[in-house]
Amino acid sequence: MDNIFLYSGLYLGLLMGLSLYRAVFGPTVLDRIIGANAIGSKTTVLLVLIGLIYHRVDMFVDIALAYAMLNFIAVLAASRYFQKRKGLYDEPGTR
Amino acid sequence: MHILTLIFLLLGLLFFTGGTVGILRFPDFYSRLHPAGKLDTMGLLMAMAALALYCFGEFSIASLFTGLKIILIVIFVFITSPTATHAIIDAGVRAGLEPWTKEKRKDMP
Repeated sequence: MDNIFLYSGLYLGLLMGLSLYRAVFGPTVLDRIIGANAIGSKTTVLLVLIGLIYHRVDMFVDIALAYAMLNFIAVLAASRYFQKRKGLYDEPGTR
Repeated sequence: MHILTLIFLLLGLLFFTGGTVGILRFPDFYSRLHPAGKLDTMGLLMAMAALALYCFGEFSIASLFTGLKIILIVIFVFITSPTATHAIIDAGVRAGLEPWTKEKRKDMP
């Protein structure tokens, strides 16, 4: 069972690398926020998987809960900050 | 119990894969939010259900509380993820992003 958790964690890491493309090359700022949000929600699962691999679930569950809360606050603050800006789509080469 | 854990974990990874491909491939910011929301709620529900079932498999008080904490994470994400998605969409609408259409209309700049 440990091997299954290990390979699931590796696959989740691969998916996080794919989501990083949207976070780096996204045409607008909000696309980058979407990519960061996807990476954060995958990290929540990955932390519990790491805890199951190392047999320390009781500690890593608390870290996962804190990371989920941090992800939510980061996305909310960033989207509240950027909603006042007009013309988010005016980055060069996107349209 | 391990068979159920395996099935739920594979379903969660399937939803994560679909969400990631959707985030990469959809043409618009508004349409990209749709797989992002699915990935947040459905994939995390399936994967966390698998891990909570694995924790419930060993019968002790500590693992019982660990499984309950994992269920609490799922409840927290089910409250916060639609809120975050709505906040991002609100930011996009107020900033004046236009939805993607197949052909460019004449009256739009």
